[in-house]
Amino acid sequence: MKGKETYWQENLRLIFICLAIWFVVSFGFGLLLVEPLNAIRLGGYKLGFWFAQQGSIYTFVGLIFWYSAKMNKLDKKYNVEES
Amino acid sequence: MDELKLYTYIAVFGSFAVYFGIAWWARAGSTSEFYVAGGGISPLQNGMAIGADWMSAASFISMAGLIAFLGYGGSVFLMGWTGGYVLLAMLLAPYMRKHGKFTVPEFIADRYYSKTARIVAVACLIIASLTYIIGQMKGVGVAFSRFLEVDYGLGLGIGMAVVWVYAVLGGMKGITYTQIAQYCVLIFAYTIPAVFISLQLTGNPIPQLGLGSTLADGSGVYLLDKLDMVVTDLGFKEYTTDNMGGTVNMFAYTLSLMIGTAGLPHVIMRFFTVPSVQAARSSAGYALVFIALLYTVAPAVGAMARFNLMNTIQPEAGQNLEYAERPQWFKDWEKTGLLKYEDKNADGKIQYVADKDTNEMVKVDRDIMVLANPAIANLPNWVIALVAAGGLAAALSTAAGLLLAISSSVSHDLMKGVFTPDLSEKNELLASRIVMTISILISGYLGLHPPGFAAGTVALAFGLAASSIFPALMMGIFAKKMSGKAAVAGMCSGIGITMLYVFQHKGIMFIPGTSFLGGMEPNWFFGISPNAFGAVGAIVNFAVAFAVLKVTGPAPAHIQQLVENFRIPHGASTAHDH
Repeated sequence: MKGKETYWQENLRLIFICLAIWFVVSFGFGLLLVEPLNAIRLGGYKLGFWFAQQGSIYTFVGLIFWYSAKMNKLDKKYNVEES
Repeated sequence: MDELKLYTYIAVFGSFAVYFGIAWWARAGSTSEFYVAGGGISPLQNGMAIGADWMSAASFISMAGLIAFLGYGGSVFLMGWTGGYVLLAMLLAPYMRKHGKFTVPEFIADRYYSKTARIVAVACLIIASLTYIIGQMKGVGVAFSRFLEVDYGLGLGIGMAVVWVYAVLGGMKGITYTQIAQYCVLIFAYTIPAVFISLQLTGNPIPQLGLGSTLADGSGVYLLDKLDMVVTDLGFKEYTTDNMGGTVNMFAYTLSLMIGTAGLPHVIMRFFTVPSVQAARSSAGYALVFIALLYTVAPAVGAMARFNLMNTIQPEAGQNLEYAERPQWFKDWEKTGLLKYEDKNADGKIQYVADKDTNEMVKVDRDIMVLANPAIANLPNWVIALVAAGGLAAALSTAAGLLLAISSSVSHDLMKGVFTPDLSEKNELLASRIVMTISILISGYLGLHPPGFAAGTVALAFGLAASSIFPALMMGIFAKKMSGKAAVAGMCSGIGITMLYVFQHKGIMFIPGTSFLGGMEPNWFFGISPNAFGAVGAIVNFAVAFAVLKVTGPAPAHIQQLVENFRIPHGASTAHDH
């Protein structure tokens, strides 16, 4: 099957982007940068605290749906979708 | 019989009747239906079932209580137990679904062309799952004894019988449809009290927004600011910044829970039940939506429960509650021994402060927060009854999923796969049911006589999954050349180092007094606590596997071909036997 290699490369690139975002919102905003972000307020929430207890979870949900929509397109592009 | 008890009986036994009805309607006839529900579950249904499967008595009862007392530090559970689904959706689920087998050890056996690898995987799976079930069984016993005031042992027996009926009869098919019903029960039971309490405190019915709102008392002060002020006045650490053992420890803890979640076999096997690779990707998303519904409400429940507790004991600064005027819920929980008061300065009032010498609330068990929450907030009796049914639904649904993981790994992987390969389908089905019955009896027995190490083992289950199963699966998919020898070496060293660290701290098999290297300072490895050590174990696993691979050479060509094949969705079929 032609392009199997590039299909896999594109998939890896997509995973890399998603996991970078995954890391930034949870480990980045929620843990490592929590103190500077806490200086910013989101209503009654300190922003770093909000990312740790709310924002990261919403982002995770969005990421999975975005990834699966992108992959469905990629499957079509390389003609490897299930029959 | 008082009103509360009547409502509780109706809620609990009404929900049981529904589960039985579903079990009868969806009983399994073939091994395919028993193991993977015939591969015909839609992503939406599967997402809901995963939600119920995943959210155990620990999520329902314990987590909000932990957050209430840990504050910001409790974020590790929120991020850790949800972030793992991102890893599952991108790194494991679609490829394992494409490969199309029934169990996780079976995938490992095929990919690493080794019976040893399969047996190691089965061992990890059984240890992790069995320890989890003990916790669920205890939850069932506690819920019955507290709410229906029956004996703990009898409550446990009723729970075992209910699980037996629908898990043994229905297999994966019955369990999946029952779990959909259980998800509905538990999410209502969790959010309705939260909505009431949020409305009372902030005037905003949505708990996620209420937590960030101003108080409804007209003061215009934000709830979280007020909470910070109240707890720091009494000498506790500030709620929104208390960082549980430092940033490094929180980082490692979160990572361990994430990769542990992605490596737990009873969650992974749910992705074998959907009809396609596309459906495997999206059902991880739906699962996380349903999980997030509870997980984003939990921080509000935790903070508001803490706020209400503080306010009940000390309505105004310097004005403490008279012990004689304590509310009914206080008396109820005192009876269970989970709440204890000691009048140290003999003034008849309750002082609840951080300082151990003057603190008079000598015991406030974290697990009571969710269960006592509706009563603390003076909610109507039917809400309290609903919470009882919800806690039971959470415990039963998780127990059923775990039982299926155990029985399929014994009957399919050990018996059919290794010892008696010529087992017929009919006999395999019978064997699964017998194994499941035995597992229920064992876990019931252990729930009745919890071993000394029961409390510490949930952490061990996550550590095991994180340090052994997850790396093996991920390398199997992403490192085409990874060989069987290297993977087995990696798994063994990952588990080994994690168990060593846990046992060194908590004693061999958690028996007190056997912790060796006793003279070392606590959490000696960069301040990482034993519960958070799975992440380090996983890194060791990866490192050892790649080092051994370098020395012993890559996997044979036909295995590399197999990997190429499951990397693309084309040509997938429903999960099948060999």
